[in-house]
Amino acid sequence: MEILVCVKRVPDTAENEIEVNGSGSDIERDDLVYSVNEWDNYAVEEAIQIRDNVGGTVTVVTVGDDESEEVLRREMAMGADNGILLTDDAFEGSDGKGIATLLKAAVEKGKYDLILTGAQADDGAGQVGGMLAAMLDVPYASLVNKIEVNGDKLKVGREIEGGNQEMNEIAMPCVLSIQTGINEPRYVGIRGIRKVASVEIPELGAGDLGVDAGAVGAAAAKVKRVDYFVPELGEGAEMLEGSTEEIIAKLIEHLKAKGGLK
Amino acid sequence: MADIYAYINHKNGVADDSALELIEAAKKIDAGAAVTAIVTGSGSELDQVADAVAATYPKVLKFNADALAYPNAEVVRKLLVNVLPADAILLVAHDTFGMDLSPGLSIKLDSAFVSDVADIEGVDGSTLKAIRQEYSGMVSTHVTCDISAGAVINVRPGCFAPDESQSAGGTVEDKSGDAGDLSTGRTFLEVVEAEVGDVDITKSDVLVSVGRGIEDEENIEIAQELADAMGAVVSCSRPIVDAKWLEKSRQVGTSGQTVKPKVYMACGISGSFQHMGGIKGSPFIVAINKNVKAPIFQVADVGIEADILEFLPELTEAIGEL
Ligand SMILES: Cc1cc2nc3c(=O)[nH]c(=O)nc-3n(C[C@H](O)[C@H](O)[C@H](O)COP(=O)(O)OP(=O)(O)OC[C@H]3O[C@@H](n4cnc5c(N)ncnc54)[C@H](O)[C@@H]3O)c2cc1C
Repeated sequence: MEILVCVKRVPDTAENEIEVNGSGSDIERDDLVYSVNEWDNYAVEEAIQIRDNVGGTVTVVTVGDDESEEVLRREMAMGADNGILLTDDAFEGSDGKGIATLLKAAVEKGKYDLILTGAQADDGAGQVGGMLAAMLDVPYASLVNKIEVNGDKLKVGREIEGGNQEMNEIAMPCVLSIQTGINEPRYVGIRGIRKVASVEIPELGAGDLGVDAGAVGAAAAKVKRVDYFVPELGEGAEMLEGSTEEIIAKLIEHLKAKGGLK
Repeated sequence: MADIYAYINHKNGVADDSALELIEAAKKIDAGAAVTAIVTGSGSELDQVADAVAATYPKVLKFNADALAYPNAEVVRKLLVNVLPADAILLVAHDTFGMDLSPGLSIKLDSAFVSDVADIEGVDGSTLKAIRQEYSGMVSTHVTCDISAGAVINVRPGCFAPDESQSAGGTVEDKSGDAGDLSTGRTFLEVVEAEVGDVDITKSDVLVSVGRGIEDEENIEIAQELADAMGAVVSCSRPIVDAKWLEKSRQVGTSGQTVKPKVYMACGISGSFQHMGGIKGSPFIVAINKNVKAPIFQVADVGIEADILEFLPELTEAIGEL
């Protein structure tokens, strides 16, 4: 099976405090630790497992700048066979539709049976997979937490509310967005990273993809971010201050009053 | 302005809470809008929901088809493409169904898509101004959206306070005849219900809930000891379940369990909306987090800035001495 996985380099929210810069035009990017979007990592792991079971290849693709290459290499160190970097100044400021337009062009340069994305990334929009499927006119399922290959069809489980799972049969080619928990992404050691360090990663710009630069980027975006800000704290919590002993004493009083201690 | 529609989710013959929230969101787009509700399904459950929704919406369009018996997003998407006007503004709840349906629908309608909207500031000409969150709620953003060719807008559950006093006395129109071709490459098979775990966190009055801040599987013990001392039960956020440190039945949140404790101790949990969406009945929330800017402190009653790995054992000891 030929599998394409769309991945993104994002600030690692588990490692960083995300803060807004002075003018509110962006988040503070100095000293940020970046990594592969958490959901994408599960998608790549799933693709590798499927390939190992039924044969084929796994290709990882990203839209980004030179620095985004590092996430492609990381996922190749994990076991993906190929990487593709979609990069061009014209891509900057693309909204979800712009990104999906670029990925569609990349998909059409290959012949993929299955295309995976993460369920969502740093902006929490969860939009690219569904848009890409609609542009390609193939079936889509989001929040997938189980995949079983049955010939040219897949049996997929979608996570729905309350811990329940919705089972569907889906014809390939198709696009699925992958939810965390579907597998346990393997550890990538420094040796694996070294092994792929010199592998050639093709870079494709607007011209290579045959994408009209005016159809992507900031100018084409219908949805635009105006600024970043820190939400009003509202009432907020009563912060307990003092020495640890004092804090614990105050907390115990609260717990007693609210029925938190038996 | 273009007509505004709301897609209404329902289950077991009852409309989702979002039915009341979406109309509030619509009023922020156009205060005078006559919002049309769309209800899809089959059989008597559908009629029941459509009639109930007419109490809130002036007009309800009902689509009855076997293919719509279960809300398969691919089928519903085809239906909406067949029946919505090109420049429609459609509101959908940002839940697992809305996430499945909406991005692709916006492409097929050739309209704009704004995901997971937490607030709407209004419309200026053909520009909608909305507020979203990024980075798991750590920062907010103002976004603009060009709605001149229509829009699909996903609305975050719980962000628009319902006004239950209103009564629309709306009409229900059966539009099933307009549904058109609903065949898709995705077939719904069944819903597999969540497994029941060894403990039922929904029954506990006090939950000691741990998140990614617990750092290691072995450290779960620290939370268990505190819970034992308090007579509480240990629950968790999603990453703990994804890492298989605790079983799924302990997960609090929209894709986990809905809990209703008296006291909820969130330890090393950032407070994402999917997590908080599983907590009902406004319990007394204690948040312990080493990052004073974590969103959990906005919803907690009492906050403690501390490293849980140090703080929880000390708290356990102090409670033991009572
Ligand atoms: C469709 C969908 C459904 C989802 N459903 C759920 C759900 O049901 N339940 C759920 O929980 N999530 C759910 N999520 C995931 C959710 O968006 C968040 O990713 C998740 O809740 C984050 O968990 P967390 O707060 O434990 O981790 P993080 O967001 O990583 O937060 C960890 C926190 O711990 C703090 N911390 C770190 N170390 C320490 C320490 N030593 N002492 C004190 N504090 C520390 C950090 O400051 C941070 O605030 C869902 C996501 C999607 C897309």
